[in-house]
Amino acid sequence: MAEKAIDPLHQFEIVRLIPAKIGNLDVSFTNASLWMVIAIAAVTVFLIGGMRQRALVPGRWQSMAELSYEFIAGMIQDNVGSSGKKFFPFIFTLFMFILFGNMMGMVPYSFTFTSHIIVTFAMAFVVFIGVTIVGFVMHGAHFLSFFVPKGVPKIMLLLMVPIEVLSYLTRPVSLSIRLFANMMAGHTMLKVFAAFTVMLGIFGVAPLAINVALTGFEFLVAFLQAYVFTVLTCIYLNDAIHLH
Amino acid sequence: MPQLHFQDFPPQLVWLAITFVVLYLLMSKVALPKIGQVLDARAVRIADDLDRATKLKDEAAGVLAAYEKALADARAQAQATIKAVSERMQKDAEAREGALAKKLVADTEAAEGRIKAARDQAMASLSQVAAEITRAAAEKLIGQPVNDAVAQAAVAAAAKERA
Repeated sequence: MAEKAIDPLHQFEIVRLIPAKIGNLDVSFTNASLWMVIAIAAVTVFLIGGMRQRALVPGRWQSMAELSYEFIAGMIQDNVGSSGKKFFPFIFTLFMFILFGNMMGMVPYSFTFTSHIIVTFAMAFVVFIGVTIVGFVMHGAHFLSFFVPKGVPKIMLLLMVPIEVLSYLTRPVSLSIRLFANMMAGHTMLKVFAAFTVMLGIFGVAPLAINVALTGFEFLVAFLQAYVFTVLTCIYLNDAIHLH
Repeated sequence: MPQLHFQDFPPQLVWLAITFVVLYLLMSKVALPKIGQVLDARAVRIADDLDRATKLKDEAAGVLAAYEKALADARAQAQATIKAVSERMQKDAEAREGALAKKLVADTEAAEGRIKAARDQAMASLSQVAAEITRAAAEKLIGQPVNDAVAQAAVAAAAKERA
């Protein structure tokens, strides 16, 4: 008990539930994999189950499914415009995957796969590469003008262009670290206060109260970080499609 | 920090790719088209309903206008009929009144004629009676018969004197 109480990072450990290898590649089914599968199953049940009646006047469940659809559709419309419509399925998948990953992480004894830098970085990297490809496909070499700010004296470009390139290249890093750090910090804090609650006995009421507030706060963060990740993806996409 | 155990990276990446692609396919092929259809159907339905409501409203306005026109026509016709009937009745009444007045005048004239004749006759017989009385009185007074003509002349003279 005491050992666990002083190890708030224990919850992030990867456990190989079904070890497996293909050649040299480790493809073990881990607890992270399990919760990814649970998340996509939950998303699918949520949406397809909600729409099973195709009611003209939606019930609560169908309303929520439609709300998530319209939320992302509106986000793309606002941030990218009509030309962003063909990326809707990807953006939607991204949002639901992160949202459900974050939310499922709030279930006790579950595992938060979005608290792993490799997972968030992989998603951010896919977004980064995808957006860059979109930029080059739509504008060809002209896409490089994205890195040249308009109305800046020639001499300043020597400084500005490298800064622009650097800021572009750090996008996947900031995008992935933001999500991963938020999820990890929140869960670590919950664990620390939970440990205090156990250690302090009757006085554990105080950290328990804090934990209640933190749990509510964590739900907010879980939604907000999914939203931020998605909205930044939309903004990057908008940059690639419309340049500046 | 468990997040930096590099030997844990490959299985996470592999399963991330698998689950993300599966979710993407489920979303893009099944869930999103389904939701999109329902939303489109609803939008179309609402637009249709609004159109129909507008049309029905126009129709109702037309019917109301026709009803009001019919009502106004009926009222005008009724007014005209009443006017015609009352005019005819007035004319009839006038005609009847005229005829009655004419008849009354004629009756009055006839009656006046008859009264005058009767009075003349009465006057005539009155002078004759007076002459008779005069003759009889004269006979009693003088004890001899008196000529009718003389009596009459005397009555006439007396009547003339009084008149």
